[in-house]
Amino acid sequence: MTDLALVLEHAGRPDVVAHLSNSDPKRVVPLLAKKRLDIADLALLLSPGAAPLLEDMARRAAAITRSRFGNAVVLYAPLYISNHCSGNCPYCGFKNTMNIRRVTLSLDQIRKEAAVLRDAGIRHLLLVSGDGPGTETDDLCAIARELKPLFPSISVEVPPLSQPDYARLLSSGVDGVTLYQETYDRCRYHRLHADGPKEDFDFRLDALSRAGAAGMRRLNIGALWGLSDWRADALSLGLHARFLEKECWRSQVLIGMPRLHQVPGDFAIPHPVCDRDFVHIIVALRLFCHDAGIVVSTRERPEFRDNLLALGATQFSAGSKTHPGGYAGDVDGGSQFDIDDCRSAAAVQDALSQKGYDPVLKDWDAGFLC
Amino acid sequence: MTPDSLVIAGRSFTSRLLVGTGKFSSAQAMKSAVEASGAQIVTIALRRMDLDDPGQDNMLSVLDFEKYLILANTSGARDADEAVRLAHIARNGGLPPWVKVEVTPDPRNLLPDPVETLRACERLVKDGFTVLPYMPADPILARRLEEAGAATLMPLGSLIGSGLGIRTADAIEIIIEQAHVPVVVDAGLGLPSHAAQAMEMGADAVLVNTALAIAQNPAAMADGFRLAVQAGRTARLAGPGATSREARASSPLTGFIR
Repeated sequence: MTDLALVLEHAGRPDVVAHLSNSDPKRVVPLLAKKRLDIADLALLLSPGAAPLLEDMARRAAAITRSRFGNAVVLYAPLYISNHCSGNCPYCGFKNTMNIRRVTLSLDQIRKEAAVLRDAGIRHLLLVSGDGPGTETDDLCAIARELKPLFPSISVEVPPLSQPDYARLLSSGVDGVTLYQETYDRCRYHRLHADGPKEDFDFRLDALSRAGAAGMRRLNIGALWGLSDWRADALSLGLHARFLEKECWRSQVLIGMPRLHQVPGDFAIPHPVCDRDFVHIIVALRLFCHDAGIVVSTRERPEFRDNLLALGATQFSAGSKTHPGGYAGDVDGGSQFDIDDCRSAAAVQDALSQKGYDPVLKDWDAGFLC
Repeated sequence: MTPDSLVIAGRSFTSRLLVGTGKFSSAQAMKSAVEASGAQIVTIALRRMDLDDPGQDNMLSVLDFEKYLILANTSGARDADEAVRLAHIARNGGLPPWVKVEVTPDPRNLLPDPVETLRACERLVKDGFTVLPYMPADPILARRLEEAGAATLMPLGSLIGSGLGIRTADAIEIIIEQAHVPVVVDAGLGLPSHAAQAMEMGADAVLVNTALAIAQNPAAMADGFRLAVQAGRTARLAGPGATSREARASSPLTGFIR
């Protein structure tokens, strides 16, 4: 078992599990004034007993977020390279049994997409792809080298890679890696991903550690809310973040907050997460990890998303299209998921400014790496 | 030269308050705070600047380059190589050859790496930069940086953004006593009283950012810091009397001795 897997085993300790099902708010109150929280504290913060204290937790989370991140909100946009995927994850719009138009963009098409994003002011780019042909590490390196002059920061959200592959991406100009574990519940994970390319739970789990060891500057982890019990997943996610902060101490750790809303066809969301619980997760994680960036995507509706800024969110996608060719419009592949915040990048910037936040388009410089 | 100027690398400044530009709610809020602070040296993180497109850059477009010395900082750099590269990018992008070296490999605590900070300072001085290094409050490192040609020493008062005030007072007092270049207390100053304390201790200047950016009224807080820096400096020049933990009677017991 890897070091991280051993750390995550603590989430299953009987005392921690007992904390996670606590129903007494009085046990949570002292934690609001505690400087540094441990795993047992996080379990209590996530417990049903913490729910009546959500407003108090939110106030504390807001103060921490403001102190650590000020009024700045970093904006980014995804660029989908391909929607080919050999996997059959039941919740994903790219699963191989979905009848959608499959596309892998050529370098020329990627250039067109990039030009639209650059014109919209986007400087932080997230390259997204499944595992189809044309998305090997060599291809990603070539794409990154091509786009580097246009975007000071390029991250990737692709299947887990080896440390040498992450190192090659880094030397091609990629500075961050996003990879969500989907769920930290091994049994559920295996049921959802049996016999597919995502079968190996631990290879995925340790990917961000490998990326950090390769020198990646931003490590973005997450669980897909809705797949499993959110309290247990949030506890493991917090432990994962803390582990990376300690072991990959030169990298910034970010927590993504993807939540399932609509899913393809016959799949019923096993553990739907309501707005209140979604907020509960964010504020509990902020209290546990003061310095982790928290990323909220266009899966969430505009007003709800904007209100999360005060509580802990520090990074937004903006003007996103979730299918290859979505920006330039000359190719039209199927989407990974439907978006609920359809505002343009400019409209998101305006909304943030009106709420007293500074929308930051550039918070990184290519000069750090080249 | 006006009396009591702050002189850094031969350049005089009447203000002893330096301000940073991060974390504000808008470029306009930042501009108002900078103006209210009376600062003449303004730091900007190079990673935030869009030197390819300065007209579109919120921060750069609101600041008057004639009025302020724009001091690029290398925040985000993990080692000397990165800091040196960023400094050159800033200079090639048209900024003055002054750089605030920040080498903070741990993005959480943002503590400066003493070894890499010294390396960066040595190289940048050789490359013709005026170097203002953000540094741990370590008197020996201060001597080494000065030997390397640093134009100022910028020891931290406490963790950056913490607002905890001066937690490193003993070390900063030694740094001030031994320094031949201006000492600017940087990081951790959360209230004007912290700035006044630094100036009373004999610091030549202070730098603040977060305390202004996250205040309810950044411009008013900047004004508060401006006044505090002046008050602390005035008190320092006035020559404060000695302090004591014990009361001293105004009619001493030995007053009868002729």
